[in-house]
Amino acid sequence: MSTTTLERPLNTDAPTPAHRTARRKAALHWIGVHSLGIAAALFFLLPFVFLFLTSLMSDAQALTSDLVPRTWEWGNYVKVFETPGFLTWWKNSLLYAGLGTVLTVLSSIPVAYALAKFRFRGRNLSLLLVISMMMLPQQVIIIPMYLFWSKQLDLTGTLWPLIIPLAFGDAFSIFLLRQFLLTIPNEYLDAAKVDGCGEFRTLIRIVLPMAKPGIAAIALFQFFALWNDYFGPQIYASDNPAAWTLSYGLESFKGAHQTNWNLTMAATVLVMAPVILVFFFAQKAFVEGVTLTGVKG
Amino acid sequence: MTTNTLRTKRRKSALRTAAFMSPWLIGFAVFFAYPLISTLYFSFTKYDGFGAPVFNGFDNWKYVFENYPNFWPAMRNTLWLVVVMVFCRVVFGLGIGLLITKIKTGTGIFRTLFYLPYLAPPVAATLGFVFLLNPGTGPVNAILGDLGLPTPDWFTDPAFSKPALTILAVWGIGDLMVIFMAALLDVPKEQYEAAELDGASAWQRFRFVTLPNISPIVMFAVVTGVIQAMQYYTQPLVAGKVASGIIGNSGQQVEPGFPDKSTLTLPQLVYNLGFQRFDYGSAAVAALVLFVLAMAFTALLMRRRGGLLQAGD
Repeated sequence: MSTTTLERPLNTDAPTPAHRTARRKAALHWIGVHSLGIAAALFFLLPFVFLFLTSLMSDAQALTSDLVPRTWEWGNYVKVFETPGFLTWWKNSLLYAGLGTVLTVLSSIPVAYALAKFRFRGRNLSLLLVISMMMLPQQVIIIPMYLFWSKQLDLTGTLWPLIIPLAFGDAFSIFLLRQFLLTIPNEYLDAAKVDGCGEFRTLIRIVLPMAKPGIAAIALFQFFALWNDYFGPQIYASDNPAAWTLSYGLESFKGAHQTNWNLTMAATVLVMAPVILVFFFAQKAFVEGVTLTGVKG
Repeated sequence: MTTNTLRTKRRKSALRTAAFMSPWLIGFAVFFAYPLISTLYFSFTKYDGFGAPVFNGFDNWKYVFENYPNFWPAMRNTLWLVVVMVFCRVVFGLGIGLLITKIKTGTGIFRTLFYLPYLAPPVAATLGFVFLLNPGTGPVNAILGDLGLPTPDWFTDPAFSKPALTILAVWGIGDLMVIFMAALLDVPKEQYEAAELDGASAWQRFRFVTLPNISPIVMFAVVTGVIQAMQYYTQPLVAGKVASGIIGNSGQQVEPGFPDKSTLTLPQLVYNLGFQRFDYGSAAVAALVLFVLAMAFTALLMRRRGGLLQAGD
């Protein structure tokens, strides 16, 4: 092999001492980084693992500090579904999050489009107000809103006070979608107009197909936000267990099963599961959406 | 083009704008402007939901600031969360963001794992952490005990309930990780190469190349973190209720902030005053305090990032 070295005197692959240290350093760096990565992964993952393992323990074992079930009680999940109310809460959550998301998307698209692509007086002011609405804590306006829904419309004890307002745009969705629509070049819109499309047809034919990732992102965010909402159902539906959502009912589940951590954890897993499943199917749109909220201002 | 057609055209375009904006215009009037003004009005009245509101001047304001026993504990807790929780989340989020940009094998799997807790529904995650950190038999104290480390009472000890909430908040760091990751990947490679040629150490490269480049994003994370901390509601409320063992069904009077008001936050005061004590006037005062704080930090955020208002055409 020494002849090869002679033929190619500048061979940089030759294992000189300096190279060996560099390579060893790179290997050590790789090991260090990935060990840290595994440690961090354990921190993020272990809570899920412990919750899941506890959900499969027997009633008695769930009260001990054991980590692994002695017998695997899959029946716990059946028991959770048989708990009165649980299926109703599931249905209510789907209605609230599903219908709420559809209404949000339908009502937010035209507003976001106008804010991104129309020139009109008061546009910057409107945008400023959208951002203010987005940053407004729900609790600030809850007293007049509660009185409005209970005294004027008599709709408390249902989820409608939470669903109906979503037909009038959601500030966060409008803002996020507007940011996305800004990235669509105006040339496409102008071309459509030259072809004789009105604004509405331009929106439907040209803009919506290009805005699919943005729409997916706001739909996902809104679905998750509504699925997770606790304050809304607490205010409007707390008097009527038949209108509770999973997020709200879960807490009372713990109240009803004081000592059954296993059943409470099974219910917890069942509340987490749909969100995590949706995430696995739509990971890309989701991460894109998170980036849109902040970095691309 | 005659002035007449121009005027028609302009009117048409104004109508078109109004049509596209109409969902939000109604939403703004009914679900923002009206309730805000109404809240301001209620703050100067005595009202329990029955009869009519009676004007009572600044009585509610005086009551909330001077005599309402939950106001200052909630302000102190919120300040604690703003300082400690936001700091921990930003530092940890930046650390995880740095780590993920260095990981070369299995990046996708690591990123998903790091991101996942952010998605855990707050009530479920809080319930889970009350169990994990349960003083007697929870897995965390079981492991700490085996290692001979101290085993705090977490959610049942006023000194440890906010640190426990901070651990929960740090666990859900996925949003910040993604934002920091994007910012870190945007730092020009040449700057690192130049720094390396100058013999800069890893820390120096971080201090003098990475940090200056990502400082706007750090600022963004801090200010949005502060806004979130002021709105922090579900986790402390659920943690307090579940850890106390008293899950109030509707109408049941539960003193908020278990243990010892240590998990009481500003938004909880609106609920406590309005929906547990039926003192809508004082609840309106608490709501307005929250409003002023939230808007002050929003203004700061927008001044820092004028980009939010960039021209759209």
